[in-house]
Amino acid sequence: MSLWTKHQILEKNSIVLVIGILLVIAIGGLVEIAPLFYLKSTIEKVGGVRPYTPLELVGRNIYVREGCYNCHSQMIRPLRDEVERYGHYSLAAESMYDRPFQWGSKRTGPDLARVGGKYSDDWHRDHLRAPKSVVPGSIMPSYPWLEATEIDYTHVDDDMRVQAALGVPYTAEMIAAANADLRTQATTDAPDAEALVKRYPRAQVRDFDGHPQRISEADALIAYLQMLGTQVDFKLYDNKANIR
Amino acid sequence: MAQSTVTPKSMTLGESGSALAFAALALLSIVVAAKAYTPEYAFHAYLFAAASAAAVFAIINRYYDRPAELPPLTVDGKPNYNFGPVKFATVAALFWGIAGFTIGLWAALELAFPVLNFDLPWISFGRIRPLHTSAVIFAFGGNVLIATSFYVVQRTSRARLVGDIAPWFVVLGYNFFIVIAGTGYLLGITQSKEYAEPEWYADLWLTVVWVVYFLVYLGTIMRRTEPHIYVANWFYLAFILTIAVLHLGNNAAIPVSLFSPKSYIVWSGVQDAMVQWWYGHNAVGFFLTAGFLAIMYYFIPKRADRPVYSYRLSIIHFWALIFLYIWAGPHHLHYTALPDWTQTLGMTFSVMLWMPSWGGMINGLMTLSGAWDKLRTDPVLRMMVVSVAFYGMSTFEGPLMSVKAVNSLSHYTDWTIGHVHSGALGWVGYISFGAIYCMVPWLWNRERLYSLKLVNWHFWISTIGIVLYITAMWVSGILQGLMWRAYTSLGFLEYSFIETVEAMHPFYMIRALGGALFLAGALLMVWNVWRTVNPGTVAAGRPAMAPAE
Repeated sequence: MSLWTKHQILEKNSIVLVIGILLVIAIGGLVEIAPLFYLKSTIEKVGGVRPYTPLELVGRNIYVREGCYNCHSQMIRPLRDEVERYGHYSLAAESMYDRPFQWGSKRTGPDLARVGGKYSDDWHRDHLRAPKSVVPGSIMPSYPWLEATEIDYTHVDDDMRVQAALGVPYTAEMIAAANADLRTQATTDAPDAEALVKRYPRAQVRDFDGHPQRISEADALIAYLQMLGTQVDFKLYDNKANIR
Repeated sequence: MAQSTVTPKSMTLGESGSALAFAALALLSIVVAAKAYTPEYAFHAYLFAAASAAAVFAIINRYYDRPAELPPLTVDGKPNYNFGPVKFATVAALFWGIAGFTIGLWAALELAFPVLNFDLPWISFGRIRPLHTSAVIFAFGGNVLIATSFYVVQRTSRARLVGDIAPWFVVLGYNFFIVIAGTGYLLGITQSKEYAEPEWYADLWLTVVWVVYFLVYLGTIMRRTEPHIYVANWFYLAFILTIAVLHLGNNAAIPVSLFSPKSYIVWSGVQDAMVQWWYGHNAVGFFLTAGFLAIMYYFIPKRADRPVYSYRLSIIHFWALIFLYIWAGPHHLHYTALPDWTQTLGMTFSVMLWMPSWGGMINGLMTLSGAWDKLRTDPVLRMMVVSVAFYGMSTFEGPLMSVKAVNSLSHYTDWTIGHVHSGALGWVGYISFGAIYCMVPWLWNRERLYSLKLVNWHFWISTIGIVLYITAMWVSGILQGLMWRAYTSLGFLEYSFIETVEAMHPFYMIRALGGALFLAGALLMVWNVWRTVNPGTVAAGRPAMAPAE
């Protein structure tokens, strides 16, 4: 019996065919995905990466909602021009709390992995309101509704609780203080700023959107953008320690 | 008494069960709508409630209208095919096709003329780009796949589709998923995973629909009166099964609350990236390739009236294709923070994938042996053959782009968009159009299409559109990639990012023109199909002219 006639077993038995297909398609995914969860070299050991503050998390969810990833990547490749244009290449550790990841696949606009601190809050506010006002050649849509919409953060602790259940190191204290922390971070000279920064090291605390009396979607989004890529101190980062 | 010969009419388990399930879903949806965290989510809950209530009504109404006995499996020894759901999905495919192409054109125009975003959240580029991709892949492509698979599995098994309510549940449920997904993007409900943007509740709904789809499909194969399972059905089975696996893996998420549209994915960072592109690339491999290869394996031999070129080649390329495709995902993540070993594996298998892909192309093209002359006279066949040629071209380009050195230039640029569209417009689009042109006269019992001339026009207009589209994207992609890495003689980066954006403008206009031509061709198809199904609509009311004898 040749191999060709043996194939008839599959052609004549639908269940055998179904099992055959499932076995054949399982292999590649298992080999490529499963080791990423246990090989220690997958994510570098590096200091500074912390979970998002409540305000940054809300901002990140706005980034997701508006589909920013359709035009902006957050993944600097270790190529000469990219490192010179955007900064140190991205580490896996820098997105280890990202659910979902926002590496993107297209740069209709520039990479944002290290946009934090490159522009002022005012620049970001003007840019979101009308991109051409600060970048005349820009083809980015305007997002005037962001600074006009106050955020509803009553459920932000629910978001943090789910993330904590998935392994993001949010403590019970952080979750309990979520609403207060969010208000604190969006307030210039907030009295509780110290406690917030203790929970979330290097968190930036101020009014981001130029409207101190309210916490808008622009506040949250700018807070998120201003922290992007700033967590790891690359003066201290030892690449050789992480050779993989 | 006459009654004794008639079986008493009663609801089938499927009817009563699904009516009860929908009633329960309607109640649940109303509760969710009342307590929803956001108005957008409440709107979706009301849609679920309204659709479930409509389903209950439709099931009961259908029960009262139908005869006591369900349709027989055979009539006079011939299978009694169930083409109702096939017709519905065919019409839905046409509708979503036009919608998806139009939104794509709009998105293209937004890039060329950003003023078209109109400062409105609902139509800003970031929201309608996923609307475009989902509308063309899942709404248009998905309905084509459901329609053709339900047609082909019945024909090649010589058996009636399994189930009474179930096939209708599949087509209607799937299209309801499309509505939820699409309106969700416009309202800002997305989990941002490319080609898997719908949130958790839409994903759950699709899972139920998909399981029923698989059961109906497999059940019909099991009911077959032919000893062998025809090759097209292998591909459809691989498509249905693998998409189920991918969907479950990539959408594993925990909702914030039953009353919130938001969920968080269980994977994070680098693992999430790998799972996403394992899904993403195989949405291409199994949705847009395996499924449409099944169409090729049925409709090209049928239309050309020739047997499939090689049975053995189909066996080899089937197993090789589905084995190799799954590995190819990491080529979307070259030079990222994904470990090098994974990238290298992905690249290696992507290059190997070239071979089974071309095996399929050869098997499709060579099926025309002895019937090449038909390309001159039959524009429908020509469309399908050119489709297979586009398949060959884009499955050569794909492995090329997966080579890391090439990818370092092409990644993040429009070259990727051009590559996708040579596959999507050329291969998926044309094989779908060909199948629809074949199937419509068969389904509606018409002798022929209303006009082959219109098919010819469709073919040429959209071919020019495709060529404009992909060449514009090649040039803009390579240009932008080169500009990003250009250095001055003093060793500085030569161009700021915005200069590379401004350089894209002419190509964005050419691309939009190409898209407009593709849409125009598709509109001709809709008109042609409409006139094929309703031949008398224009002539009605006028006396038929008598032939001069």
